[in-house]
Amino acid sequence: MVTETTVNPNEEESYTGNENVVRVRGVTRTYEVGGQPVHALRGVDIDIKRGEYISIMGPSGSGKSTLFNMVGGLDKPTTGTVFIDEVDIAQLDAFELAWMRCRKIGYIFQSYNLIPVMTALENITLPMIFAGADLDEQMEKGRKLLEAVGIAHRMHNKPMQLSGGQQQRVAIARALANDPAIILADEPTGNLDQKTGHEIIELLKRLNRESGVTIITATHDDKMLNVSDRIVWITDGKIDRIKHRSEVDITVGTVEGGV
Amino acid sequence: MATTASGSAKIERQISLPMSQAVKIAWRNITIRLSRAIITGAGTLLGIAFLMSVFTANFVQQAQGIEISAAQQQKNAWLVVMSLLVSVVGITNAMLMSVTERYKEIGTIKCLGALDNFVVRMFLIESGLLGLVGSAIGAAVGMLFMLATGLSVLGQLNWSGLFASFGICILLGTVLSVVAAVPPAIRAAKMPPADAMRTEI
Repeated sequence: MVTETTVNPNEEESYTGNENVVRVRGVTRTYEVGGQPVHALRGVDIDIKRGEYISIMGPSGSGKSTLFNMVGGLDKPTTGTVFIDEVDIAQLDAFELAWMRCRKIGYIFQSYNLIPVMTALENITLPMIFAGADLDEQMEKGRKLLEAVGIAHRMHNKPMQLSGGQQQRVAIARALANDPAIILADEPTGNLDQKTGHEIIELLKRLNRESGVTIITATHDDKMLNVSDRIVWITDGKIDRIKHRSEVDITVGTVEGGV
Repeated sequence: MATTASGSAKIERQISLPMSQAVKIAWRNITIRLSRAIITGAGTLLGIAFLMSVFTANFVQQAQGIEISAAQQQKNAWLVVMSLLVSVVGITNAMLMSVTERYKEIGTIKCLGALDNFVVRMFLIESGLLGLVGSAIGAAVGMLFMLATGLSVLGQLNWSGLFASFGICILLGTVLSVVAAVPPAIRAAKMPPADAMRTEI
């Protein structure tokens, strides 16, 4: 396992290219809180392969959210480098970062974060508007995406008229709007009941398999471990361990009791 | 998926959206949160109604042949400036609350690829539209109210001057609304997109 996580930079550089969609190298992140430095990350190295389904787990305050924001282009490291699709995000200006968030990364939130004043279809076409797509393209693709997530019949409903599971489906379709390389899902099942949560996880896994999009989730949900290719545990700002699915003993029976 | 599969796709610069999109989204924000919009717009409406009523009263008195003293004019100017300042502060306050309310929404649209200048524009246009409607109604109300006091001299009234004042009132109301929204709009644009992730608040 240790050999899995250890990185040899020299070997790494020799075959850069398509393999790793995210590369994190010696990243630390320090915040100032009330004049006191808080070390959220204390040196993290990790590679995430294209098409991988990865879950990041860790208690609150472990640095999980910080790492998650980092690989999603929402935060920059204090030291070290984060490459997203072979681009060092620290080098990007505001316009390039916005472009990357728009095209390369799709975001899914725990509380869905749909725009309440827009219909399901309008929510999905919003990222396409930011990408400069024309109206026909937006409508056609919006419909297709709504069908893919199974809520084409609710396309003209506002978020308030949809159930939590339906809202999260809209959010997933929105995240896919510009064919991103990465989907970043922050506790996507956190506000859902067991059954709906399970359906959402199944949907994410299906999209991951079908379109080959890389999925990175931050989660507490044991159900998520079943579909993840790798699971990363973070403690005290460091990677505690990384395991492949086959190495993790998951008994689904314990899920109900654990919640 | 062509660009994502190649891996060699270069980073480009995010485009600025055309004004029409910003206007569309701002207009929708107004219509959907109508009660708040009405309160924000009412600030402009009242301030401009007062300004227009002072203008109209001047024209009416002129038509009636009444000389207005310099002292009176000074006092009027003072009252008008104060009332407009109150309006501006009111609009800033209402827009700041609106920004706080939409904290998550702003973070989300930034995650989806909105540029800071788009967020700024969205709030400025929203406030400008409210100012335009508010000051148009306010100017009409103020004018009609004061014209009612001078029904007998309507024939001798300097109508072109009056309508010029009407236009000035609308322009001033709109401009002040936009200016009042600058601090809240900048605050909204500065919001880090990562805040959209936060579940508390």
